[in-house]
Amino acid sequence: MSTAEPVLSIEHVSRVHGSGATAVLALDGVTLQVRVGELVAVMGPSGSGKSTLLALAGGLDKATTGAVRVEGVELGALPPRPLAALRRRRIGYVFQDFNLITGLTATENVALPRELDGIPTRQARADALAALAEVGLSDVADRFPDELSGGQQQRTAIARALIGERRLVLADEPTGALDSITGESVLEVLRGRCDAGAAGVLVTHEPRHAAWADRIVFLRDGKVVDETGDRPAAEALLGRAAP
Amino acid sequence: MSIRQGLLALLEQGPRYGYQLRAEFEERTGSTWPLNIGQVYTTLDRLVRDGLVTEVGHDDAGRVTYAITDVGRASVATWFATPIRHSDRPRDELAIKLAMAATVPNVDVRAVVQAQRTESMAVLRDYTRLKSTRTLSDADGDLAWSLVLDSLVFAAEAEVRWLDHVETRLLRHTRAASSQPSEATEAAEARRP
Repeated sequence: MSTAEPVLSIEHVSRVHGSGATAVLALDGVTLQVRVGELVAVMGPSGSGKSTLLALAGGLDKATTGAVRVEGVELGALPPRPLAALRRRRIGYVFQDFNLITGLTATENVALPRELDGIPTRQARADALAALAEVGLSDVADRFPDELSGGQQQRTAIARALIGERRLVLADEPTGALDSITGESVLEVLRGRCDAGAAGVLVTHEPRHAAWADRIVFLRDGKVVDETGDRPAAEALLGRAAP
Repeated sequence: MSIRQGLLALLEQGPRYGYQLRAEFEERTGSTWPLNIGQVYTTLDRLVRDGLVTEVGHDDAGRVTYAITDVGRASVATWFATPIRHSDRPRDELAIKLAMAATVPNVDVRAVVQAQRTESMAVLRDYTRLKSTRTLSDADGDLAWSLVLDSLVFAAEAEVRWLDHVETRLLRHTRAASSQPSEATEAAEARRP
């Protein structure tokens, strides 16, 4: 595993919703780091703080205390415009319901964040085609979302999440609407992108999908209650199930 | 029982010597069940004693070759035709542990559940990684290996789901017990003869 600076660093972060007697502590002193090449799964019951954690990591919400850093930049210290630019350039989101724009083809959907960033259309399109090829969708690049299967739509969303210089992908139940085999193939793509140099956080309640991660972090009542260690060497796995 | 039946099933495909049996057994079970050669020979001795296997000579290197008998073939057929009874399996230590943890005072059951969940998820992750690192060919050994690994994946997944269920049940139980103590007591009183 890389010892380089983490792509995502969440340091002693708490998030309180509301105030006074009705205040709710959604996250309570959470610390988590994700490095290049790593996929970290976050599991926990409803209301445990998983989505809050992801929103903070993506700069969609602000921590009450503590710091969230993406590639060394503290999100809480940025004014709105630079924060929006950083989100667009460095962070990719994958949602349960794909969130593709129905009037745009797969290529146009993937190219959109690049174009919004001022990249010329021709270049943005080339980047998008390369990203789609990586997730195995070259053949359907010119189709509209409603002409794609659920699995293809989600792979398009992953291509969009990791286009350009984006190295952090945040996935919120990305397999929720898919059957289990398609869900596995989406996880395989996500895993592949992390192996190829991205860092990922995956929120899921599916044990089989969380199992694609390097580490699994368990949240309960806003706190990290436990986590698995790093994965052991492959040879150590053999013989593990011996009676 | 499984080693014995597994070796018999391999011998049904033709005579083999001990090291060959060990290698084939491990290949087909994805090395998830390593055997030492002593276990193999002890099992073979018992199979010979019981008339299921017979020694048929030596190969050029002087290794004893074993072959299955008709009685052995019948035993393999019976094995495949008979489902494994639940009473034949070892009792589940985890279920017993949690049953005790839930009812013995002063045990933090949620901590017991979480410790097991972390362990089971780590195992599930390791098997998932192992599965994805091996490109499967059409060879029989690869099919067998992948089926054994799938069974471990499904078992680990089921365990995690069951742990979630246990935690939910415990939470409901705790809430019910703390929110309605008087009603529960009244109901218990009413049931008394």
